[in-house]
Amino acid sequence: MINIFINDKPYKAEAGQTIMQAADKLGFHIPRLCYHPKLSIEGACRVCIVEVVGMRNYVASCAYPVSEGMKIYTNTEEIRRARRDIVELILDNHPEDCHTCERDGNCELQRLAFAMGIRKRHFEGEKKHYEKDLSSASVIRDPNKCILCGRCVRICSEIQKVNALGYAHRGFKTVVMPAYNMPFKDSVCTTCGQCINVCPTSAFIEKNFTQELFQKLGDKSLIKVAQVAPSVRAAIGEAFALEPGRQLEKELTAALRKLGFDYVFDTQFSADLTIMEEASEFLERFQGKGKLPMITSCSSAWMKCLEQFYPDLIDNVSTCKSPMSMASALIKSYFAKKINADPKKILSVACMCCTAKKYEALRPELMVDGMQATDIVVTTRELAWMIKSAGIDLLHIKGEEFDHPLGYSSGAGTIFGVTGGVMEAAIRTAYELYTGETLLDIEIQDIRGLKGIKEGKLVIDGKEIRIAVAHGLGNANEILNTIRKDPQRYHFVEIMGCPGGCIGGGGQPYAGSNSLPLDEECLKKRAEALYGLDRNKTIRRSHENPDVQRLYKEFLGRPLSAVSHKLLHTHYSPKQPQGIIPAELTVK
Amino acid sequence: MTATDDKKTNELKVFMREAKTKDHPDSQLISILHKAQELYGYLSQDAMSQVAKEMNIPTAHIWGVATFYHYFNLKPKGKHSISVCLGTACYVKGAEEILNAIREDLKIDFGQTSVDNLFTLQEARCLGACGLAPVIMIDDKIYGSLTPKKALEIIKSYKK
Repeated sequence: MINIFINDKPYKAEAGQTIMQAADKLGFHIPRLCYHPKLSIEGACRVCIVEVVGMRNYVASCAYPVSEGMKIYTNTEEIRRARRDIVELILDNHPEDCHTCERDGNCELQRLAFAMGIRKRHFEGEKKHYEKDLSSASVIRDPNKCILCGRCVRICSEIQKVNALGYAHRGFKTVVMPAYNMPFKDSVCTTCGQCINVCPTSAFIEKNFTQELFQKLGDKSLIKVAQVAPSVRAAIGEAFALEPGRQLEKELTAALRKLGFDYVFDTQFSADLTIMEEASEFLERFQGKGKLPMITSCSSAWMKCLEQFYPDLIDNVSTCKSPMSMASALIKSYFAKKINADPKKILSVACMCCTAKKYEALRPELMVDGMQATDIVVTTRELAWMIKSAGIDLLHIKGEEFDHPLGYSSGAGTIFGVTGGVMEAAIRTAYELYTGETLLDIEIQDIRGLKGIKEGKLVIDGKEIRIAVAHGLGNANEILNTIRKDPQRYHFVEIMGCPGGCIGGGGQPYAGSNSLPLDEECLKKRAEALYGLDRNKTIRRSHENPDVQRLYKEFLGRPLSAVSHKLLHTHYSPKQPQGIIPAELTVK
Repeated sequence: MTATDDKKTNELKVFMREAKTKDHPDSQLISILHKAQELYGYLSQDAMSQVAKEMNIPTAHIWGVATFYHYFNLKPKGKHSISVCLGTACYVKGAEEILNAIREDLKIDFGQTSVDNLFTLQEARCLGACGLAPVIMIDDKIYGSLTPKKALEIIKSYKK
């Protein structure tokens, strides 16, 4: 420990800490903008400057280490003015359209300007005038709102390792864009939406379907059907100023009915169904029919990533559709038949924690009888806005249950939303399908938690099965390169595109004023909300779900049957967006 | 692709293979882009993608470097480059009139290339020939003491 002084008071700090880290621990929150603890230090915004006695200039506290006897001032009149000027200069060429901006009320720049006490504007600068890039199915890029903090560039390259974004040009003309300024949809962007999560403004935002959905909810000729992903219930409360970790499953169901949905189904039901298909597929492969390791296929950003960067591993990926697409396929077939309705009259809406699902919904491979199976995807953020906008009191509403036949789920379906959850759910079922015995110790700790790559082993009927779990496309990259070099190493691998799995999805509520995007504590609490739901269920294994059993009896026959293959399975093919580095060259 | 293009592609590849043997191959990017521009006259998307593949550097990053430095051309250049000096001495002596005459004659602005691919127009900040102001430079030849009329006559002589 070393001695430092902050605002004339003596404190102890750890050698090697930056001034900001030391100050954070000591209860001084130095204002900041481009800094993010999970990303490399950029030092671009200069908002976090402090005065260090003996230094000629103010230093960026995010980048400057503490030293013995250092005297730091964080809040003098002069430093306050300098910081305010810096933020004012950032605002200077930022559009002044807060009240019509999608992030009005939860914008970090807005909060920062408020905290700086900017009440009068001294500078009137030139504004930027760029076209918005509306080409992507999921993510809108608006350079006019960009303040060049670079968090998106860093999360895309450092955490996701997709490298879709970079800075182009220089000075006032600097713009964050994909290579060659190509349309987002043609770029290597996987549509994961993590750039939206870390953007302090609305330079990145999801493609918004709320108006279209409101309009369709008012259309009396349609049968409106919703499904809700596990992670939405685990996080939507945060958009209503609740502390992370409170699940609102029943309230959400009630709110969706109040919004005008005729049927509210649970994506967790189709998660159980995914497990039936996927566990069966794994056992087939394990017994020699098909390639190992088998890799999961629920995450749509990961699927786009696979087709672009790892086409050589396509045969390793499960053919199962994602739970969303399975539910949508059933809504427009099995369910339509059940209620004697024309599937063309059904509006199938998915409420997802994910921006990539908007892209997935448009994949031509997922069409059912010539129809798009999922008509509209809204993120947790969009749904929260709709609920507020419609004047529904989500927090005090009386909870309701999901509808049958696609609404009942086991605990295994619930934990799909957390990294490791699909694997855990699959093991619970695969074990029993293979051995005929029930797996008693069903909480598999090795693959829980937020470690980037988790490995485990289990023995089924005397045979060892080696498993691995990765979340975030950067970790996935590591595990996939391992598989390329050593294909025998694992039997079964789960990959989720976002940090933490779906709970950290690109469509989840923005961080509040006291938290950061991708905060681990927040992710842990969301995970715990889902694990809690699982623990409290009597049925915790997918194959024991009575509605799943009925579905097989009445409609599908058995897992991997011809009907299953038609409705619940899909295929992938190599894709080469412009300027991509071919897969064979990315192995180092 | 023509035989000469094949030869250029190959030369760039050899250059990059050499760069990869150095200590920090990633830091060779700028010299590689210089080489590509020397070979092709500008940095095409194909050339940049070729660099991305060989060097395993993301294209978004290469694009960032290529757009950051003014030296790199992202569009093919004309056969001749015309630099109009807008330094103080030339400016005072009427560089703007000369510039306007050229703009009008060739129907191009700074950074653009004429339709016949003969001329690319560039801005210069003092060519060190203030005694001859106003001056323009065509390729590496300086023309001084110009009037708009004289400038256009000189340009005309390059059109043959």
